[in-house]
Amino acid sequence: MNRQLTASRALQEFRNNLRQAPRRILESAFRSGRPVSDRARALFVFGNVFLHLHPVRVHRWSLRWTTTLGLGVAGAAAFLLTLVTGVLLMFYYKPYPDVAYQSIKDLHFVVPTGRFIRNIHRWAGNVMVVTVLLHMARVFYTAAYRKPREFNWLVGLALLVLTLALAFTGYLLPWDQLAYWAITIGANIAQSPRELTDALGITSWFDPGGLQRLLLLGSDTVGAEALIRFYLLHVMILPLVLAALLAVHFWRVRKDGGLARPPDADRRLPPLPGNTYPVFTEAPQKTYQVVAIVRGRTPVVGAGPENTLPSMPHLLYAELAVFMLVVFICLALSLAWDAPLKEIANPLVPENPAKAPWYFLGIQELVSYSAFMGGLGIPLLALLGLGLIPYLDREQEGTGEWFAGPGGARLAGLSALFGFAAVVAVEAFAIRFGWIREWFPEAPQLLVTLINPATLLTLAYALFSLWILRRYDSVRAGAVALFTCFLCGFVVTTVIGTFFRGPNWVFYWSAADWPAH
Amino acid sequence: MTIRAAGTRSRLDPEPVARRDVLGLASLLSAAAALLLSAFGMLRLPKPGVLASAGKKYRVSLPEALPAGEPYTPPGRAVALFRDAQGVWAVSLVCTHLGCIVRPSAQGFECPCHGSRFGPDGSVIKGPAPKALPWLKVTASGGGFLVDEGATVAPGTRVSS
Ligand code: HEM
Ligand code: FES
Repeated sequence: MNRQLTASRALQEFRNNLRQAPRRILESAFRSGRPVSDRARALFVFGNVFLHLHPVRVHRWSLRWTTTLGLGVAGAAAFLLTLVTGVLLMFYYKPYPDVAYQSIKDLHFVVPTGRFIRNIHRWAGNVMVVTVLLHMARVFYTAAYRKPREFNWLVGLALLVLTLALAFTGYLLPWDQLAYWAITIGANIAQSPRELTDALGITSWFDPGGLQRLLLLGSDTVGAEALIRFYLLHVMILPLVLAALLAVHFWRVRKDGGLARPPDADRRLPPLPGNTYPVFTEAPQKTYQVVAIVRGRTPVVGAGPENTLPSMPHLLYAELAVFMLVVFICLALSLAWDAPLKEIANPLVPENPAKAPWYFLGIQELVSYSAFMGGLGIPLLALLGLGLIPYLDREQEGTGEWFAGPGGARLAGLSALFGFAAVVAVEAFAIRFGWIREWFPEAPQLLVTLINPATLLTLAYALFSLWILRRYDSVRAGAVALFTCFLCGFVVTTVIGTFFRGPNWVFYWSAADWPAH
Repeated sequence: MTIRAAGTRSRLDPEPVARRDVLGLASLLSAAAALLLSAFGMLRLPKPGVLASAGKKYRVSLPEALPAGEPYTPPGRAVALFRDAQGVWAVSLVCTHLGCIVRPSAQGFECPCHGSRFGPDGSVIKGPAPKALPWLKVTASGGGFLVDEGATVAPGTRVSS
């Protein structure tokens, strides 16, 4: 009798638990409950491994949309889109010459939704390049790289290089004419230190260029070995490294105390809306930070509650909005324009004109003066200069604000004017009158490598920035001048390379003037 | 500012290296050395010892009716062969700038990629190419010719059949 009773009670409990199981599974996964109170909102963020990259509360300065323009988040959103669509493309893509081309063709014409997915992948990649470049410019013009954020600027630069490397390696995969010749040119740029070592006559025992090209291609031509290497880099190595560095990047943003803001940000923000839930109800006028205690600093006394809002919903919803905007842009572009696919790669007949993706056309324009200087020398110099910025500019004025510091927006405008004029003048001269080789065919190559439109332009920019640095007596002013000049140079050479270069890389005012074949 | 009683050690002071830490140090160093060495070892793998590319030596027979100074390109090769009264020669068609394939033209050769131009003997006359197009080694062999893309000869060298 007794046994029977307990058995039926267990049965009862079993049935009850079964009924409750779905709710309990949910509750055990999301332990914070609905984010209705401030406490639940905090739990919602730090109780979730993905969301806890966010702080629990964000400063209101960071939430103003003009602070970031949402560009960092937009870059991350585009990266997510390329990840998802890229994995889908991998279902059909086969990395072997000629077969690769057929598989992309299948994706484009046969596979259900294949063309759409391929378009999204292509466009999201482009959007990522654009947003990452703009994000860098916003960080620069708000002077947000200063102490303690110097290292995160370096991590960001690594992310920029990885983004461009992803774009470059992906460009080969369709194995069409566009891909093949862009990569042939790219691989030979890797080999271009030979321009220097040949001129010095030391290539036979010191050949870093040859080694770089060999490692990149795995052979002496762009073939099966090169394709599998680019594939491996594009779908595995680069995304993994980028994702890891992205985690570091986000984590550092938090550890560096959130986004940069001016010291008087609190005073300049409008008062909190009346219905905002206060941070400390019992008003203990001091805040403890674990990090502060570890570092042996005293807690902040008398600082009062900070000017912050809970991340959930304020930050998370803003991020979601930016994400949806990026999705919308990528989908709209994909519906309007198909990703290009030319004829199958032909190693004997270059595409004419053979153009790299647009963000490398500025470099291609410089390369048409000197392979080494335009392809490696100047880009590496620019990268080095960018990396040094936060360590050279140790000033305080204007941190966290657009065009603040010495010179302000006027200096940026002046630099843009100079940067624009210089690049247009140099290009116009070279296009109109040619360069040393045309005047003196016997001129030594070292002379052309050292003195050409690309190096002269760089020199002009450097001298201008030095002059600005002295005139304003400020390193930041010099940095603004140089950064702005390079930005202008990048934009103008990219536009020339994209719209004004035709067959044989001859200058044409419009593609309508191109000679017929 | 940290406040502490005189004579006590703070967690902020550097810790002295105790003798038993030598063991820890040794393992750390050995791990670092192993990491470095294996990194070198792993970097050795992607550098191929043998290149999987097509053969660079091949036989060519020139068309009987090839006029003097006209280019002849063997199918599938980036090479132009020429013939005149003194003999036969071969010029590589791989642009010395960034590796596009140049086209023979009335004035020599021109590259579609960045506008380099070369004279009939391969010397640079315009554009960014740093070097002349190399002349390749040609040997007469059984009525035809053997071209070796791996070996260059001085411009002007001709081979008679
Ligand atoms: C894959 C590329 C990148 C992604 C996805 C990314 C993402 C982000 C995000 C989401 C933030 C938070 C603030 C914001 O949205 O602006 C941020 C901040 C920051 N990023 Fe990036 N970033 C990338 C590349 C770069 C580059 C190229 C640089 C500069 C060289 C850079 C430097 C910084 C710095 C210094 C901060 C802190 C800014 C501040 O405190 O105001 N990042 N990044
Ligand atoms: S590859 Fe021939 S000019 Fe650049």
